Amino acid sequence: MSDFTSGFWPLYISLITAVSIIGTWIFLRSHTTRKLAPGEKAELIQHTWDGDLQDFDNPLPRWWLGLFYGTMIFSVGYLILWPGMGNFEGVLGWSSRGEYEAEVKAAEAKFQPVYAGFMKQDIVTVAANPEARAIGKNLFLTYCSQCHGSDAAGATGFPNLTDGDWLYGGDPATIQATLTNGRGGVMPALGAAIGPEKTKDVANYVMSLSGRKHDATRAASGQAVFAENCAACHTPAGTGMQALGAPNLTDKIWLYGGSEATIIETITKGRNGVMPAIAQTLGTTSNKDAKLHLLTAYVYGLSQKQ
Amino acid sequence: MEATTYNYKVVRQFAIMTVVWGIVGMLVGVILAALLIWPELTYGIEWLSYGRLRPLHTNAVIFAFGGSGLFAVSYYIVQRTCQVRLWAEGLAAFTFWGWMAVIVLAAVTLPMGFTSSKEYAELEWPIDILITLVWVAYALVFFGTIAKRKTKHIYVSNWFFGAYILTIAILHIVNNMEIPIAFFGGSMLKSYSAYAGVQDAMVQWWYGHNAVGFFLTTAFLGMMYYFIPKQAGRPIYSYRLSVVHFWSLNFIYMWAGPHHLQYTALPDWAQSLGMVFSLMLLAPSWGGMMNGIMTLSGAWHKLRTDPILKFLVTALSFYGMSTFEGPMMAIKTVNALSHYTEWTVGHVHSGALGWVAMITIGSMYYLIPRLFGRESMFSTKLIEWHFWLSTIGVVLYIASMWIAGVAQGLMWRASNADGTLTYSFAQVLNTMYPFYGIRLLGGTLFLSGMLMMAYNVWRTVRIGRVVNDAAIPQAVHA
Repeated sequence: MSDFTSGFWPLYISLITAVSIIGTWIFLRSHTTRKLAPGEKAELIQHTWDGDLQDFDNPLPRWWLGLFYGTMIFSVGYLILWPGMGNFEGVLGWSSRGEYEAEVKAAEAKFQPVYAGFMKQDIVTVAANPEARAIGKNLFLTYCSQCHGSDAAGATGFPNLTDGDWLYGGDPATIQATLTNGRGGVMPALGAAIGPEKTKDVANYVMSLSGRKHDATRAASGQAVFAENCAACHTPAGTGMQALGAPNLTDKIWLYGGSEATIIETITKGRNGVMPAIAQTLGTTSNKDAKLHLLTAYVYGLSQKQ
Repeated sequence: MEATTYNYKVVRQFAIMTVVWGIVGMLVGVILAALLIWPELTYGIEWLSYGRLRPLHTNAVIFAFGGSGLFAVSYYIVQRTCQVRLWAEGLAAFTFWGWMAVIVLAAVTLPMGFTSSKEYAELEWPIDILITLVWVAYALVFFGTIAKRKTKHIYVSNWFFGAYILTIAILHIVNNMEIPIAFFGGSMLKSYSAYAGVQDAMVQWWYGHNAVGFFLTTAFLGMMYYFIPKQAGRPIYSYRLSVVHFWSLNFIYMWAGPHHLQYTALPDWAQSLGMVFSLMLLAPSWGGMMNGIMTLSGAWHKLRTDPILKFLVTALSFYGMSTFEGPMMAIKTVNALSHYTEWTVGHVHSGALGWVAMITIGSMYYLIPRLFGRESMFSTKLIEWHFWLSTIGVVLYIASMWIAGVAQGLMWRASNADGTLTYSFAQVLNTMYPFYGIRLLGGTLFLSGMLMMAYNVWRTVRIGRVVNDAAIPQAVHA
């Protein structure tokens, strides 16, 4: 693996770097003049601008030169020990890729034993283990809390994971499938097909399903609209279908909100809920399966009555 | 017939706009600091969201405030130290109106969401072309004036301005090589970079770092080299040091860009070179500070009574501090902790507020009365107040960001015995609140100082008279 497209470039880089550092060194040497004797004052140079702007002829401060030379010596040492001069890898043989791989290896050796025990247990058993729950909570805070909240209680558009109500199902295998592949919860936009009046009717019918305050006349005429447009996914009774992730409309749980205005908005414009395939972000180490296992158990445990 | 007076008109225009854009840019900064504490502050209005206002703040402070200040002082200094009137005054007027047009276009397009997404180079291609035209005009006026100078030698400030004008032209053009998608049937106002992947990142940070190097360091050193000896009434400490640190600073700065990309897809060799050349940049950077501060020897007592000199010397101290901090942060292991944290934000502001703003403010307090026929500003007491408000403001800002940044870096990397992270993102964010509060206070203090300056300038202008007859001395020194 080379960073260069031809043999010319590493040579070019090395040469220009060496010439630059050596050239700067020579430049500094050539401008180093004798130190002023004790009590000697620097002379004024014979040029003046804008009335009174003049220069003293002080030599370069010695400590400043020392600082400059010091950083150059350090740099040369660094470029001998570490990569920098084109293809030259440096005496230490260090590379960022090598450092990363060594750290991963060390981490695997250290953490594998912690996880190995849990991998032998099924999700339900792991979910009941306080130690596993502590690890799971940390994983949840890292990977899930941005959307579902630190307490997993969700937010508008992001499901509450503690209430026992599941869009796709709350058994261990389904939760793991959700974490592995993600979910796309699509409610199509029906506004154009149904029209505003009928949308309002069906919205009132939907509200009646969970016993919300609604306009009974509108709800009555909305029932037929529901049967025709919504029942295919939400079922004729409105109890939802987990295979499609279609929510149950008869309970009091609302993903986007249960007011008339919000329901009308949902029907008119549709919804597009995305749960990313989070397993892909759990890292590349051999521990990633264990992390998925522990995270699944933690999410499963969130809604289990203790 | 040869001109007998200096062109103060364009200097005056830029000087006044420096104060105006300073207030605008810093006000947006204060709003952003508040948004980080109260994210709902702008009611979710998209044009006032954090992501839209942030580039407006950086562009306004760097290019509108800093840029106007540099145009003003470089036009003033190049005339007075060359003892000639500006060359091509029509072009000079174009640079003023052109630069103002660029700023107004930026202030409109950035909140609307037009962006090329390159940091400090967000403006879209039509504005980039206008910037190029203004900059070429600027170079013609500046170097044209140098060419017809009466003095034999070129004054040190002009070396620094020359380096800045040339380099910014190259940086701007190379980094903004972009292809408008209009060629492919897309919008007229969207383009994509001509470079891809890590090459794009490297070009961007070669630009980004040298924008800091040549716009915010070299050019403001040019400012320093005129106003410090003038205000202190002392000759510059060492001509030789100016020569050596000028060439070494400009030469070594060019290499340092890769330190913005430590531990990324950039090849290791490039990261190493970025690091070692950043370390070698320390001495050349400090050369300017030494030369400025040593110029004061024999005039230290003036610091007690002269708030303008206080501004200039404090600016140099912050310059020395941030040019020490920068090379340290370029070291890979330090960078592993500091990168992406508030520490970087603190570092940038110790440079932007402590160095750039304070040297500019001090210079403007020297310059503005002279452009309006006065010996001094309307109120010296207000300058003194401004100085203390600014100093306390910067210190609060950078100290809070240091603590916040180090805490943030340590919390991000902390892990438990089982390999999981100790702190979630939200927990780290929660820890930041008190420091965000202190930063907001610091920024507000700095902004209130600028408002005082605006009042002081307004009163000075009102009792002054516009100077268009500053005579060019006929006697030529050297």
